[in-house]
Amino acid sequence: MTTLNSLAAVCLAYVFFLFVVAFVAERRAAAGQVRWLRSALVYTLSLSIYCTAWTFYGAVGSAARSGLEYLSIYLGPSLVMIGWYWLVRKLVRIGRSQRATSIADLVSARYGKSNTLAVLVTLLAVAGTTPYIALQLQSVTLSFAVFAAADPGAAPDSVRPDTATAFWVAVGLGLFTVIFGTRNLDANERHHGVVMAIAVEAVVKLVALLSVGIFVVWGLSGGVADTLARIDASELGQWNVAGGRWAGITFLSAAAFLCLPRMFQVLVVEAGDEAHLRVASWAFPLYLLLMSLFVVPIAVVGLDLLPAGSNPDLFVLTVPLSQGQEGLAVLSFLGGFSSATSMVIVAAIALSTMASNHIVMPIWLRLTGAGGASVSGDVRHVVLTARRVSIAAVVMLGYAYYSLSGGGAALAAIGLVSFAGMAQVLPALLGGIFWRGATRTGALAGLVTGFALWVYTLFLPSLGSGVLSPELLAEGPLGIEWLRPQALFGITGLDPLLHAILWSMSLNAIAFFIGSVLSFPTPLERLQGAQFVNVFQHSPGPRSWSAGVAQTEDLMIMAQRILGASEAMALFAREARAQGARGDLPEPTPEFLELLERELAGSVGAATAHAMVGQIVGGMSVSVEDLMAVADESAQLMEYSARLEAQSEELSRTARQLRDANQKLTRLSVQKDAFLSQISHELRTPMTSIRAFSEILRDSDALDAAARIRFAAIIHDEAVRLTRLLDDLLDLSVLENGRVSLNVREGRLVEVIDRAVAAASAGTEGATLSIRRDRAAEDVALETDLDRLAQVFINLVSNAGKYCEAERPELTIRVRDAGDRILVDFIDNGTGIAAEARDTIFEKFSRIAEQKAGGAGLGLAICRQIMTRLGGTVGYLPGQSGAAFRVELPRRVAMAAQ
Amino acid sequence: MRRDILLIEDEPNIIEAIRFILSRDGWTVNTHANGVDAVERVRTLRPDVVILDVMLPGRSGHDILRELRSEPDFADLPILMLTARGQTRDRELAEQAGVTAFMTKPFSNAEMLEAVRSLVPVS
Repeated sequence: MTTLNSLAAVCLAYVFFLFVVAFVAERRAAAGQVRWLRSALVYTLSLSIYCTAWTFYGAVGSAARSGLEYLSIYLGPSLVMIGWYWLVRKLVRIGRSQRATSIADLVSARYGKSNTLAVLVTLLAVAGTTPYIALQLQSVTLSFAVFAAADPGAAPDSVRPDTATAFWVAVGLGLFTVIFGTRNLDANERHHGVVMAIAVEAVVKLVALLSVGIFVVWGLSGGVADTLARIDASELGQWNVAGGRWAGITFLSAAAFLCLPRMFQVLVVEAGDEAHLRVASWAFPLYLLLMSLFVVPIAVVGLDLLPAGSNPDLFVLTVPLSQGQEGLAVLSFLGGFSSATSMVIVAAIALSTMASNHIVMPIWLRLTGAGGASVSGDVRHVVLTARRVSIAAVVMLGYAYYSLSGGGAALAAIGLVSFAGMAQVLPALLGGIFWRGATRTGALAGLVTGFALWVYTLFLPSLGSGVLSPELLAEGPLGIEWLRPQALFGITGLDPLLHAILWSMSLNAIAFFIGSVLSFPTPLERLQGAQFVNVFQHSPGPRSWSAGVAQTEDLMIMAQRILGASEAMALFAREARAQGARGDLPEPTPEFLELLERELAGSVGAATAHAMVGQIVGGMSVSVEDLMAVADESAQLMEYSARLEAQSEELSRTARQLRDANQKLTRLSVQKDAFLSQISHELRTPMTSIRAFSEILRDSDALDAAARIRFAAIIHDEAVRLTRLLDDLLDLSVLENGRVSLNVREGRLVEVIDRAVAAASAGTEGATLSIRRDRAAEDVALETDLDRLAQVFINLVSNAGKYCEAERPELTIRVRDAGDRILVDFIDNGTGIAAEARDTIFEKFSRIAEQKAGGAGLGLAICRQIMTRLGGTVGYLPGQSGAAFRVELPRRVAMAAQ
Repeated sequence: MRRDILLIEDEPNIIEAIRFILSRDGWTVNTHANGVDAVERVRTLRPDVVILDVMLPGRSGHDILRELRSEPDFADLPILMLTARGQTRDRELAEQAGVTAFMTKPFSNAEMLEAVRSLVPVS
């Protein structure tokens, strides 16, 4: 007989063996030999922590109680791995590219790195996992009790399962987990030793279950055919599972497979290579198939062989024991022990990671006032301590739950309650990786809703009558019937589990959807959403996480590019000396990387530097925050350069304007010189005559009277000429400066022309010029400065008188009415003005015929200025027989033209 | 001996004044009123002194001066230039071209006589 003591010895030996396996694996990993540790086989086996003691023992119990229902527990994960391979692959890719350390981390990262969400998921996970850990402790305790019952030498009080066993098991598991789960603070939260140990345990439990199954089929039932006959004879082989419950459990197990913290840990966090997933997609369902193969035979044989009332959950142990197969029983015990321990270990690691990252560390950082950015070695120590304390707390919480609940509930029931709890994360998780519109608000709303409903409809009732009174269950809180925990809104007659799933999941999903649609995502959320949903476009390919060793040479090359070759080399050499390393290349320690990043940041900005170092140092992908910071920096740079560009454009525009102004000034200066020169000439010429003749008059006594009169007349004429010139100059100056005030009056054109002709004729003695007019046509009413207009006409008429070379000079004045404008043409019968001179005659000091004295050459320039003021024009009219000028003016001068 | 002056000037009143002043001093004053054929007139007349206005219809006095100086016959011909424009640039241009004397209008009659007399050595 196997004594309790020898069983304990076996257990200890087994645990020691696991220690060795884990230790060796850690050593190998540290030496860089991770290849065989990270094979697809190990990955697949590590997934088998899905099969806990619950499935190891409980599947047979479930089969004995409910027939084939247990299959649905295996069906869910198989469907996920085979049918939703692409989903799992996406999850793994996202988890790796985001460096997710837990499911809480992943969900929080998706929704804008919200720590609130992370805390919520962590609490949910703790609440959902604690009963499950209790379940494992219970199974181990029960299995001990089975052996104790069969041990005649055992003390009587050790026959029944006691909490002391559970306590020591919990302590042992906690210790193991602390040792291998927190040996080092791997940035990627990967635990080679633990994974290897659970892979070994996966083999042990499979071998144990298969051995019992083979013994039952071939040792007890006499072969496959006989076994099938026995199954047919029993009720178990019949499909008597309610369709709803069956579908519900399948869904639940599928959801749990994705959402359980420990499953996420092995499936995503510990994943070594995406290719392993491809193998696992068929190998893991195969493993599950093997695990479930002999469940029904064992159940059937157990029901046959053992006395009625024996616990079917323990058939795997009790059937071999009853047949005296103690070795097989011990092997079976080890299988169950493996199932329990591997689950507790991984669950504790996963939960402690969440708890320390999302609850303990934020609180610690806040309490110590340390900024989140400066992570020093000190913090690493704190993180490790937080992990260890969290592990111990999680395991002890499981123990506390076990001792409080008294281990009364059936194993399978607790498992499903736990599954349903974690399944609440599913909407936020799936929504997050497939729907960019999902928001933090939606995720929070869904999680809170689902969590609350789960607690109310499933978790609290599962704790037994101690928590919710039977009255409350039957009549609802305060007698409100539609709030009965197991018949919400008056829906009765449903299986309690199904009822809970239905309400919690559907309201969870609805709240998630509505919350997402109604809220607006933050920029970070939006970017993370894009990263998650389009993870395959964003990440170039699966990166190996084991390539975590920084390449100093690569860093050197990059640094040279940015800092310059000599400076980079000097920096690296200095650091290498400081580290005491040989050669010029320092070790890529965190301190060195930090320093390098700072150096680079001076050149390319902090975010870019961080991203560049990150790219080279590890397989870590650039985080969205990094990218956003990069984008910010480049946006600032672009804005700055745009500003510079605008400034330089403005400068060149100003320079152009200055150049133009300068040219204009130069031109004006030349014009001014020419003008002054002209003025000088026009003034000095009459002055010369005046001075010469006045001196003659003064100095010559012997002048006859006629000569004296003649000379005095010349002096007089020249004085008049000077006066006229000065008048014209002043007139022109006033006109050009625009300071002239128009004296606008109403009048008739004919009268203006009359005045002009009279004035022009008065100036010229003899009046040889004959003027032809059409007085009827000239009888046009107009409103303008009549005096100024007359001045223009006088100029034109007297010009004709002065310059027309015809033998009998004739001037024709033609008036034409052109709507609101009037055209007045002055055409003489002379030779006209040469085409090349026509442009210059309106310039100042230009004279048509130089030899003729009189005008200073300002007349036409004044005419042009006057007409501009009157809103009209004066120009040479080509194509006439002689010289011809056209005056065009508005019938009414616009006052604005002044 | 005959003392011939050619006055190239377009202002009738100035022509009359200068003619009066110089005639009284015993000069024979010939006049020419445009720039176009002034050089031709100098060649045919071969005066002892030329009084040349800068601003002439048809051709500027500076051009006429340069052309005259380019001919060996007139390289030493005494030329008095008159200008009504006050700028020094005219004087500089004229001196570069080899003018003998330069006067700015208006001038006093005495100055004119003095200048013309000084151009021709009393023989």
